[in-house]
Amino acid sequence: MEPTISFFSGLQISDLWYLMEAAWRTVLISALSITIGTVLGVVFGWILYEGRWAAALTLGPLLDVFRSVPLIIQLVLFYNFAPIIGLNLDPFFSGVVILGIYCASLVANVARGGMEAVSRPMRRAARSLGMSYWQDLRYIVLPIGGRAVFPSWVGVALGVMKDSALVSVLGYIELLKASQILITRTQEPLLILTIAGAFYFALSYPISRYAASIEKRWTS
Amino acid sequence: MKNLPDLLEAGLTTLQIAVLSMVIGIVIGLALALIRMHMRGPAKWFASTWVELARNTPALFQLFFFGFGLGAIGVHLTPYTIVLAALSFNCAGYLAENFRGGFQAIPDTQLRAARSLGMTGWQAYSRIIIPQVFRIVYHPLTNQMVWAVLMSSLGMLVGFRELSGETQALASRTYRIFEYFAVTAVIYYAIVKFILGASRLLAARLFKY
Repeated sequence: MEPTISFFSGLQISDLWYLMEAAWRTVLISALSITIGTVLGVVFGWILYEGRWAAALTLGPLLDVFRSVPLIIQLVLFYNFAPIIGLNLDPFFSGVVILGIYCASLVANVARGGMEAVSRPMRRAARSLGMSYWQDLRYIVLPIGGRAVFPSWVGVALGVMKDSALVSVLGYIELLKASQILITRTQEPLLILTIAGAFYFALSYPISRYAASIEKRWTS
Repeated sequence: MKNLPDLLEAGLTTLQIAVLSMVIGIVIGLALALIRMHMRGPAKWFASTWVELARNTPALFQLFFFGFGLGAIGVHLTPYTIVLAALSFNCAGYLAENFRGGFQAIPDTQLRAARSLGMTGWQAYSRIIIPQVFRIVYHPLTNQMVWAVLMSSLGMLVGFRELSGETQALASRTYRIFEYFAVTAVIYYAIVKFILGASRLLAARLFKY
């Protein structure tokens, strides 16, 4: 006699592959938004640094909003706002946009800190040697300031990577969402969550260790 | 917008759970930092694992773990406890690292001086070292408090009715998703600004000398 239909099935090897694929999507969306966020953030940071009060009155508070409102609210807001103005965005794109802006708002502060870390006399010296403003930025500020804030930039990037888990709320199937789907099917939350956690840990831990070791090497 | 009082009340829940998890986080974080610095063997291993796990996995994952993961082995918590446990776990991990930095910034000679004045180890720590550490980590503590408020918004995913959860419930009842979440965003912004302002005032009073 046929057994009754079972809705739940055990964990299989193919599920592990499914999680791997989802982990890859986590990496993809994080890498994309961190790249966008870093480029934007450096530009914003430069504006904040050079623009004085004009920037302090406009860009500063704007970026502040993105840092003061929970990411999950931002995601839901944007995802529901886009259709109002006639854009039809998929979860991936919305996620990249919001994560990118969020990352930029954090990186802007880091970048400004880096520019402030380069002393004025050093920059004046560079200009007196005949460097143009851009040469000064490229060959003096970038190497020295960048080095000073590299560890905090890594911290921001890892934070964005971990926060990319929130894009699952919009229905994008990344690592955490995939584990949720598997849990619904296999009814083994503890095991699957442990695997998903291990994936995140494996992504984040080596990078944070590496950043810490670099920080130690550069400060000594 | 006659539901605004509901939202504001939920905002208080958010603030309450954030403060509570910060208090628990500070106590555990301090303990973890001290254990990592002074102990060996399993205690140190346990503290290090806690800190690294809290820092290297998403907060949402931690929340799901306390919610669904523990549910699987028969530990069923209410949404409130789940959020509180996950937030405290996370805060303790991050704060432990801050405290460690604070302890390292205080020269060893302070402890020795305190001990040679006849203080016990406990006295030296509670009266000399820890007050100074708190001054050093005051700013990171404020930041962590803000993070706790923002992180508590994840409670909406485990059915906890704090600000976000309440908003979602209201939004799905009225289909005015954008409007409700926009109001909520404003409330969050106000809460964060309030915390930063209050901490600045408090700092002016506490650290005036």
